[in-house]
Amino acid sequence: MRLKGLTLGLAAAVAATGIAAPAVQAADTQYFPLFTYRTGPYAPNGIPSANGIADYFNYVNLKHGGVGGVKLVWEECETGYNTKKGVECYERLKGKGTTVVFPYSTGITYKLIPNADKDKVSILTVGYGRTDASDGRVFPWTFTTPTTYWSQASAFIKYIGAQEGGMGKLKGKKIALIYHNSAYGKEPIRTLELLARKLGYKLTLLAVNHPGQEQKATWLQIRRERPDWVLLWGWGVMNQVAIKEATNIGFKMDRMIGVWWSGAEQDVVPTGDAAKGYKAGTFHAAGSDFPLIKDIKKVVYDAGKGIPGGDKYVGQVLWNRGMVNAIFATEAMRAAQKKFGVKVVNGEQMRWGLENLNITAERWAELGLKGFMQPVKNTCADHEGNGPVLIQQWDGKKWNIVSDFISPMREVVRPLIEKSAAAYAKKNNITPRKC
Amino acid sequence: MFYREAGQFYTSYAKDQGIFQLKQDKFGLWGILFIAFVVVPVGLYLMVQGGLMAASTKDYLYNSIFLLLLVNSMAALGLNILTGYCGQISLGTAAFMGVGAFTAYKFSTGLNYRIQKEDEAGELISQLVPMLPPIDNPILLVLIAGLVTAVVGVIFGLPSLRIKGFYLAVATLAAQFFLVWCFSRVEWLYDYVSSSTIQIPPLKLFGLVVTGSETVMRDGQEVTIYPAAETKYLICLSLVVFFAFVAKNMVRGRIGRAWMAIRDMDIAAQLIGIRPLATKLLAFAVSSFFCGMAGAMSLIFYLGALEGAEAFNINESFAVLFMVIIGGLGSITGSFLGAAFITLIPIFLVVSLPWLGGQFGIPVDAAMVEHIQFMIFGALIIIFLIMEPLGLARLWQIGKERLRQWPFPY
Repeated sequence: MRLKGLTLGLAAAVAATGIAAPAVQAADTQYFPLFTYRTGPYAPNGIPSANGIADYFNYVNLKHGGVGGVKLVWEECETGYNTKKGVECYERLKGKGTTVVFPYSTGITYKLIPNADKDKVSILTVGYGRTDASDGRVFPWTFTTPTTYWSQASAFIKYIGAQEGGMGKLKGKKIALIYHNSAYGKEPIRTLELLARKLGYKLTLLAVNHPGQEQKATWLQIRRERPDWVLLWGWGVMNQVAIKEATNIGFKMDRMIGVWWSGAEQDVVPTGDAAKGYKAGTFHAAGSDFPLIKDIKKVVYDAGKGIPGGDKYVGQVLWNRGMVNAIFATEAMRAAQKKFGVKVVNGEQMRWGLENLNITAERWAELGLKGFMQPVKNTCADHEGNGPVLIQQWDGKKWNIVSDFISPMREVVRPLIEKSAAAYAKKNNITPRKC
Repeated sequence: MFYREAGQFYTSYAKDQGIFQLKQDKFGLWGILFIAFVVVPVGLYLMVQGGLMAASTKDYLYNSIFLLLLVNSMAALGLNILTGYCGQISLGTAAFMGVGAFTAYKFSTGLNYRIQKEDEAGELISQLVPMLPPIDNPILLVLIAGLVTAVVGVIFGLPSLRIKGFYLAVATLAAQFFLVWCFSRVEWLYDYVSSSTIQIPPLKLFGLVVTGSETVMRDGQEVTIYPAAETKYLICLSLVVFFAFVAKNMVRGRIGRAWMAIRDMDIAAQLIGIRPLATKLLAFAVSSFFCGMAGAMSLIFYLGALEGAEAFNINESFAVLFMVIIGGLGSITGSFLGAAFITLIPIFLVVSLPWLGGQFGIPVDAAMVEHIQFMIFGALIIIFLIMEPLGLARLWQIGKERLRQWPFPY
């Protein structure tokens, strides 16, 4: 009998899974699913990223009563940075009024792109994802605003060239790339290889397997090869380990540049003072010294309405970047509301909003983020918005911007993007849009 | 009372050898197949039409639950043949699934290889050259994937002739690591794309779109046709049902008996005239054939695009092994029960826990769900294994025996 009860219970439970899923969107709310990873080896980076988005949405609701009078609602789904879980989350939440997703994982992005136009859901990948998807003619629903890995890789080479005293000096120099052995980590390789042929530096590729704790062999090789520069393309616990290993072998920290996902407080704090001088890319300023961020602290956390224990993340690099995600989405929503004269925006209208995203310097100032980022402007063909890259440096206590905005080598990167997107279109029977 | 053989007689040898001896079992099976093939698709379709269910919920059930369940069932069937019937422990299931997925991908794109040359300006020009015409029939791709994986499985099964038990597990672990290494390093496997991600090209079966999309002119307008979730589900279901019958018949015939003899005592098996070499390798081949098909199905129907090193990592191998152990070693039914348990319980917990918390006024956020899910899932596995070490299949059997007497206890 006990067995039957159990079986019945199980069957009922399975049936309930299906019934629990449908939900109708309330009249005056805009729904956003958030794919988070607050657990697992990538949690140190996942938590501030997710908080940044949620805190900004919360702030907009508390301060302005939503966007254009429409309250924002959001729901978190834990992916653990796992593609299959992310896809399960997407399928479960897409029917709840989802117009745009922030996958926060290059792997999940690759899986979602083929579904986007069928589901009418935009994919907003701020500084990650599939680089060639910035060709809006082939990928109308994917946005890599404000900049991409290929752009960043070319900007790094430009920066290294400037540090060496001219691009001509790169000839014969040795640059090593330490990358997360995944779709994410492999993104910059093509660009770096192409530039190596052009500029004559020697590129060494060193892969680190998921989750990234095992790097002894990698750094042994660095010790043997003695590269002039090391580029780090890591995520999660891999970053901390790499920076620690670098200090262990006494590699010069100011000759090691991390991708913007390897340049957060969480990555350098465990190494302490030894990480001083370590550099990383970014596309926005660091710190909380901006009117908007101070106001978020006041309105959300000082009023006790924030995420429990979340106030320590406000103003951190990854938190700021999460906020940028949320700002892009709300600005696109605002533009779409104005253009279509609606309150709650649907998938196609949100896509229009993102495609016509135009955040000028004045608008950044209006938002309370003067000098935080360069203006962002998308077009039908260009979903990248041509965002320039900054270099920041860790001084043992906080991140400081140490370079001007470096514009990527667009003349190299854009043709690569277009070629790759065209190949994708051909393989998948897609007729590129006319722009 | 209702479930017993009284009054059922076999009048021919063929009947005496039937898979299902009892009429009730036979009806039960036809009933399950009827539900899976007819009631589920038609019922869900009507529910959506009638406004009882959102279309996205239907898609969710197909794309995230049913398809995953079918893929996992196929993989569990494969591993059960090797581990459950032939007694060879394997930790390389996910890698064999990966071989299947990459085979399907390579054949669907025409087995491309790359030619690189420099042009006058010194620019590197690379070109992909197909060796074969691309295959766009998903079922054919799944079968080819199975065959190629069977060959790979036999190669990695060779050490099983000399090493046994835990040592063999370690040898198959080597297969797991080696193959996954290939998936991220051998550029030919993923057509030299920079991200090492493979994406299945558009495929069609009997004129129906299975993957990708197709733009056609209809009434002078361009219409884009997307694959229906039902199409994928029914193709997968047909494959799984067909091969489950193949497996069932294989294990209850001469071959299966030879496998079980090897499993129970290989020296004794050798003495009664069973050749260990052929028998073990056949088990590896058949098992890998199933796993390869599961991998190809995972790529074609379930994921569409995947990254080999992530989708087929060691955790997936363990998951399939758990399915087989929890479902019941040496049982075809058990493979399905185990796959259902491992696949559905986590999803069920993720969906139900926030709701349950809400009933008691406890806010349960996404991260907490993940932690609680790990704890409950772990506890459930231990409870099940203590209650019935022989797995869910044994529970099912006990249930059936009790049912013979029900509702009279004599």
